[in-house]
Amino acid sequence: MVVKVIIPTPLRAYAAKQESVELQASTVGEALASLTSRYQELRKHLYADDGRLRSFVNVYVNDEDIRYLQKDQTRLREGDTVSIVPSIAGGASD
Amino acid sequence: MSVSVLRIRDDLVRRIQAHGVETYPHECCGALLGHDGDGSREVIDLLPLSNRRHDSPRNRFELASGDVRLAEKTACEKQLELLGWYHSHPDAPARPSEFDREHAWPWYSYIIVSVQKGEPRDMTSWRLHDDRAAYDSEAIEMVGQSPQPV
Repeated sequence: MVVKVIIPTPLRAYAAKQESVELQASTVGEALASLTSRYQELRKHLYADDGRLRSFVNVYVNDEDIRYLQKDQTRLREGDTVSIVPSIAGGASD
Repeated sequence: MSVSVLRIRDDLVRRIQAHGVETYPHECCGALLGHDGDGSREVIDLLPLSNRRHDSPRNRFELASGDVRLAEKTACEKQLELLGWYHSHPDAPARPSEFDREHAWPWYSYIIVSVQKGEPRDMTSWRLHDDRAAYDSEAIEMVGQSPQPV
């Protein structure tokens, strides 16, 4: 399936300054793997050392958060939009 | 490496400080909206937001993806860009913590204001390094609301 992946502003410098990328994928996991294979600098900002998506990285298929679907196994249809949306967190030291 | 510059009007600085005082001893947070240029940025407006870390607001802040989308939508409506975020450090220095670094995104400017015993103190700005290992300091340049008299 050809899907569009929306790149959030803070990561566009690592994706050839593109706002979105079209690629072939059947699942969200495949789409993100394809994306980070094509633009390897994205990987450290999306994934923690254990290979899981960082907790502040949210992924939507169209308008649905994949946490409430099948996570990275969420199946994609032709023309779907996969959006990477940041959460923002921080705070003072303890 | 050259230091990037973040220009911001003094009234916006006062609004950030006031937000930190209002929420003290809890952390405040909000979005920075403006224009990004080559080597410098200018903050034109703010979007104060609510800290979603109700379990630990004294030393943590969090904004959900819905808040980020709201900030992006607001920026777009005002023909501005979402440049980054501000938050306060109650009774702590205006320096990024390890927790800040672990959760930061590159490209964004992160303003931190220290609020000591309810009073605003230092304000600094930072951008996460490409390798995520450290922050680059961003020089804050305050600009007045009206041109300076000759």
